[in-house]
Amino acid sequence: MIRFENVSKTFEGQSKAALLNVNVEIEKGEFVFLVGTSGSGKSTFLRLVLREHRTSKGHIMVAGKDLNRLASWRIPQMRRQIGTVFQDFRLLPNKTVAENVAFALQVIGKPRAHIRKTVPEVLELVGLDGKEDRLPDELSGGEQQRVAIARAFVNRPMILIADEPTGNLDPGTSVGIMKLLDRINRTGTTVVMATHDVSIVDQMRKRVIELENGHVVRDESRGVYGYQH
Amino acid sequence: MRLNYILSDLGIGLKRNLSMTIAVVVTIWVSLSLFGSALLAREQVELMKGNWYDKIQISIFLCTKDSGGRGCSGAEVSQEQKNRIRQVIESSPDTAPDGVFGESKKEAFDQFKKLYKDSPIVSTVTEDQMQESFRVKLKDPQRYQNLVSAVAGLPGVDTVQDLRQYLDPLFKALNGLQVGALVAAGLLLVAALMQISNTIRLAAYARRREIGIMRLVGASNFYIQLPFLLEAVLAALIGALLACGTLWVGVYFVVMQRAQETFRVWQWVGATETFRATVIMVVVGLILAVVPTFLTTRKYLKV
Ligand SMILES: Nc1ncnc2c1ncn2[C@@H]1O[C@H](COP(=O)(O)OP(=O)(O)OP(=O)(O)O)[C@@H](O)[C@H]1O
Ligand SMILES: [Mg+2]
Repeated sequence: MIRFENVSKTFEGQSKAALLNVNVEIEKGEFVFLVGTSGSGKSTFLRLVLREHRTSKGHIMVAGKDLNRLASWRIPQMRRQIGTVFQDFRLLPNKTVAENVAFALQVIGKPRAHIRKTVPEVLELVGLDGKEDRLPDELSGGEQQRVAIARAFVNRPMILIADEPTGNLDPGTSVGIMKLLDRINRTGTTVVMATHDVSIVDQMRKRVIELENGHVVRDESRGVYGYQH
Repeated sequence: MRLNYILSDLGIGLKRNLSMTIAVVVTIWVSLSLFGSALLAREQVELMKGNWYDKIQISIFLCTKDSGGRGCSGAEVSQEQKNRIRQVIESSPDTAPDGVFGESKKEAFDQFKKLYKDSPIVSTVTEDQMQESFRVKLKDPQRYQNLVSAVAGLPGVDTVQDLRQYLDPLFKALNGLQVGALVAAGLLLVAALMQISNTIRLAAYARRREIGIMRLVGASNFYIQLPFLLEAVLAALIGALLACGTLWVGVYFVVMQRAQETFRVWQWVGATETFRATVIMVVVGLILAVVPTFLTTRKYLKV
């Protein structure tokens, strides 16, 4: 589903590479944790998958397509197949829960009937039924992240990318979010999640890829977080 | 159903930027009005040039006993001299075919009598005092200098009169005015351009969250640009229509009601020219809206 072939990324004006010779293959339906110290290149890895940046060297294949060869006008199409969740939720504060989720479908031109049917379904899936008409600041952090996940998943993407989705949440709430991501993963969606959360990684026992200074230093299935910080 | 979202977006955008939208409309209105006036002034000058130049010919007055021109020697022009002068005129490449017409004293006198038929002066002038002349039509009325200098000073030539010598400074001044108006209009249009791109930039900044999410979930670039485009086009169209109205009002009151009545001999710009100018104005207005919008929003769509 996602393949990094000798990928390096050096940002403009920087001497040090954010990623260096990364080779990774992630299969369809996998759940992968991306760990590593701050600045090790986790977010860079994820943004390259989203084609927010181009690689400096090497190729990234997503669903069989080489992102370097993707014409820029095709990028939006490609992103419709990838759901994205961030630490800071990124909800629109003046839209209700349902509107925030519906927005993702509206702006890619989905028919209204489809939106009316899908949004309640996905809100129920993430456990937000009954809170459709709340505004984001009337929700807890965990609930806001559920809205963000609902928005990321509402178009049934092949891949879900999560950059520290539990970074702003307390441990209990984090577990809830992880259960949700696990459920989404079990529908066949490939999940790639960058995290610093030791206990989550240790509990879930999924594949762990560790980055250090832009290198992959560890890649094990059913791994643990691996070091203390 | 997509139209719904887009229109509600447009409404929100316009409300949010109302004062800036009004500023853009006014700038476009003023700059396009000036631009349109400059276009019309240009047409007017062309019309007047055509008018005058068509009628203009070079008049070469020949010596009489009393004339003191350079080529005169106190005597009447001789037949020989006349033949020579005609030959010079006819062999000039600037002379129109069959463009030479000799006016005899009698013809000049008849013309004189017709012009001053009610004036007592006619009785004091005799046919003999009239001046013979050649009237020459040119192929290209702009190119008169060569012929004038070829003929002036020939024996038997008293004076060479060319109206364009007097008209050209006038047209030069008018041309200068046109250029000035166009430059001023151009500067204002550039100001409008910058104002629009600033407005779009602020609007895009105000909506950066939404734009970020749109990009993230894969909205097409065009979809993201569309509300900005509609906003700019709407503002530009309103400004352009106001400018067109202003131009029509101006043409109606200044040209049709006043100038045309006062100076009937001249041809004046009318509905056709005004319509042509307004079409150009609307097109320029739209370009003014679309180009900076695309350029400014493109920056927000990159990556
Ligand atoms: N847009 C950018 N421009 C320049 N340098 C960048 C950019 N994004 C990241 N970097 C640099 O690339 C390196 C890797 O950053 P990255 O954000 O991938 O780290 P990270 O593993 O996500 O860290 P954290 O755990 O703190 O989120 C860092 O040195 C960072 O400064
Ligand atoms: Mg990061």
